[in-house]
This record gives sequence, C-alpha cells and structure tokens, in this order.
Amino acid sequence: MEPVLKVENLTKVYQRGTPGKGGTAVNAVRGLSFALMPGECLGIIGESGSGKSTVAKMITRLTDVTEGTILLDGEDITRRRGSRMRDVYQKLQMVFQMPVESFDPRQTLGSGIGESLRNRGMGRKAAGEEVKKLLLMCGLTEEFAGKYPHEVSGGQCQRAAIARAIAVRPKVLICDEATSALDVTVQKEIIQLLNDLRRKQGDGLSILFISHDIALVQQFCDRVLVMYHGEVVEQGNPDEVIAHPQDPYTKRLIESIL
Amino acid sequence: MGEILRYDHVDISYNGKTVVRDISFSLEEGQILGIVGESGSGKSTLIRAAMGLLGPTGLVTRGDILYKGKTVVDISANERRRINGEEIAMVFQNAGSSFCPIRKVGDQLYESVKEHKRITREAFYSEAEELLGRLGFEDSRRILDSYPFELSGGMQQRVGIAAAMLLRPDLMLADEPTSALDVSVQKQAVEEMLLVRRQLGTAIVIVTHNIGVVGAMADQVLVMAHGECAEYGKTDQVLHHPREAYTKVLMDSVPRLRTG
Repeated sequence: MEPVLKVENLTKVYQRGTPGKGGTAVNAVRGLSFALMPGECLGIIGESGSGKSTVAKMITRLTDVTEGTILLDGEDITRRRGSRMRDVYQKLQMVFQMPVESFDPRQTLGSGIGESLRNRGMGRKAAGEEVKKLLLMCGLTEEFAGKYPHEVSGGQCQRAAIARAIAVRPKVLICDEATSALDVTVQKEIIQLLNDLRRKQGDGLSILFISHDIALVQQFCDRVLVMYHGEVVEQGNPDEVIAHPQDPYTKRLIESIL
Repeated sequence: MGEILRYDHVDISYNGKTVVRDISFSLEEGQILGIVGESGSGKSTLIRAAMGLLGPTGLVTRGDILYKGKTVVDISANERRRINGEEIAMVFQNAGSSFCPIRKVGDQLYESVKEHKRITREAFYSEAEELLGRLGFEDSRRILDSYPFELSGGMQQRVGIAAAMLLRPDLMLADEPTSALDVSVQKQAVEEMLLVRRQLGTAIVIVTHNIGVVGAMADQVLVMAHGECAEYGKTDQVLHHPREAYTKVLMDSVPRLRTG
C-alpha cells in the first residue's frame, strides 16, 4: 500500500527581522520525515514549542515550507498555492483547537459546513440536505444548521467543525489539539465520534492527531511520533513507546505524567 | 489540629443569578483540598469568594466563609488588603506573568512584603533567601537578582508559589496553578506546593480541572457540577471509588496512561 501522506526532510525556519542585521532565526522543525498509511491514525506528541503545530501548518500549507517535500496521494504539494489548493483541500482537511474561533461568527454553522460543497458546484438545496446528513453523522441534530457558533457549546461546535472537515470526504484529517480546549467528558465524546468515522470509512480516512496528551494518544492512535525541539526523538507503537521509552526526553515526559 | 478554612452552606450569585449552591467543606492545618470540575461548574467562583475577588456583581448570598473562625465575607476593602497575602496567599494560572517584566524578582517581592510589615531591604533579602532555600531552590540569591524573563516557565511558577509564602500565611488558595504548563513543568509546580506544605505546614486549596494534579497532591477532593457539590470526600475514595454517578462519568473520561 502506498502512503496517503508522505513528508520527507521537512524543515521550517522562522525568520525574525533581517538576517545579518540583528535578526534571529528559529529552527522550529528539523528534517522531519514520516509516512501516513491509508486508514492509519498517527499521533504526534510533544510539549509547547516542540514544532508539532508547525508540522500541521506546513502540511495544510498555512505556512511555507523552508526545506523538504510533502507528497499527498503521491502528488508533490510542497509549493502549492492559490486556486490549486482546492484540489489539496479536497483530500486534506483540518480540525483546530478552538472550534468557535474556526467558524465565521456571522455565518450559521450550516452555511459554514456547506461552503466547501457549494464551492465545488453543489446546488444550495443539495448542499443543505448534505449538511443535515453530516450533522446527524456527527451526533448533532438538523436544527444546528441554523445556529451561530456562539449559540452552541464548545463540544457541539467541535462536532460541527468535524462535520465541516469531512463534508468533502477527505482522505486525510489533521487534528491539531482538537480536543485540548474541551472538558474531559466532552473530549471523550469527540474521540468516540472520530473512532466511529474511522470505523465507517476504513482505509478511506487517515488521521494525523497532534496532541500534548500522551495518554490520549495511547488510547486513540496506531503509531506515535515524539517531537522535541523540532525533531522526532522516538516513534513506534504507543504501548511500546510508553512501556519502554528509549529516548531520555520520552522517558522524562512519561515520568512527568501525574 | 486547628481548622483553617470553613465553608458553611455557601451560595454565591452574580447579578442575582445563583451560580454556586450550598457548598460546605472544612480544611484543617496542613491539609490540601482539591476542587475539581469542568468549565462553568463554579469551582473558580468558589475560591474567589474567599479571596474577595468576586467583582462588583458577585455576592455571597447565603452561608458563611470562615478563616480561623473569622468570617471573611463582609470585611472592608482595607482589611481585605491586609488579609490577602498576609493570611491568605493566592496563586494563579500564570504566576510568571504577574511579575513586572522590567524589574528584578527580589525588588518586586520586597515591595509587596513592605506593604505588610516594616522590614529593611537587607533583612528582607536574607529572609527571602532562607525561605527559597527551604523551598528547594539551590541558588536563591541568583533568583532574587534575576529578571522574570531570565527564569524558565517552570521556575517562574515555582518562584510565584514560593513568593506567596513570604509572609507565612497559613492558607494558600491556588486557582488552576498548573494549567498553563507543560506536563514536565506541571510536575515541578505540584512538587513545589507539596514542599510548601511539608516545610511550612500551609493548608492549600487547589482548584483545577486536572484530575492527575489533584490525585498527586490532595488529601480530600470536592467535585463540583453545575454549581453544586457532586461529591466530597477523601482523595482515594473520590478518585478511585466514586459513589456519585457524575463523578463516575468524570473519572471514566480522564485518559490514563497504560504502562507495561
């Protein structure tokens, strides 16, 4: 099987000011490589500043890649921009940490969820019907289509964000701290929803799950990468990595769990 | 052992709307109470009442809050200024950011201590050095002579916790003191609070949504749900053998690391 997403030697340098004139450079991600297989759920864990969100931003092309390549379904999307990103977002979607902020406050949830469908030429009415199906699939009711982001709870809004992400039937879902702002009981519900979607879609849906919560990653992911200072220091089966950490940083991380 | 803090059937309301209902607990010298709950459960409101930080619209509408037998609900602003810091220490989510960035840590702490007692700079520095030493800091003089940004995030939070003890209050109220921290740093902050209790016998109330933190440090736990007490008891009983349905659901939702 070919990987659905493959990154090679991915590197990001954030430049502050002018180089050579007192400017500084931060090497946020250093030579990261991994392959995400169809149907796989890959976790990336690390503490603040380890570079895990920068990885998500590069893959979704929200920030430029300094070095390296990103292959989505075999296609090089490393320098893809503008209108040609539409094909990328057909296959790749993202769920962010702050659900309420990820929606336009002046648009109803239904309108936000259906936008990508309408943009792809689906009629207003058909898109509306599809939105209702998506809401039900994500554990909400049809009435949520008419609500605004501020009228619903954080958990309900994250369900809507997942509905929006899966509307175009993407092959890859990137979740960047998608449950970190939620209460634990709500987090559990969202993880159950993601598990349901994985079961239904089988090899059709792969997930890159970025989190600081190693216990959550152990519950949810098939494989884990541990990032530290922009590099992968350890990877493998989560149970293995947690039971027998090889890298000193991973050991320290696991010992710190209360 | 003497009773330090007591909540007696406390109701708290904002703008006439009751947000905390009928909360009672008792904390003795050197004990640690963890208050847990999800967002909006009223846990922060609960301890902010004891700090006098409910704001102009918040009121304790029923019951009483007693610090060493004295009521702290209706005291004047002047008396409140004396009590906060001197008798009741407060620690917040990000102690590091409550320091002024352009002045040295020691100077800032001296200023706050001076508000409460007459003390020379030299006497303050030697007291502070001695206290930080007891609380596990190896080079306390260097910390006092540092600017806040020269300390790591974990060190800032530890200093914030230790600094709250300069006036030797018998009670520390901590509102989400570890929530903005990475897990490795979180552990340092928890260990610092445990050291405060061991060295100085301080009673601590910690409000957090992190069950792991409470499990690591509290003697007793109060679980809040929708402004009410869902369960109150010894830590081991509440976390590992919960009796109430809500607590069971909550504990069941916490991701736990499986080792081995």
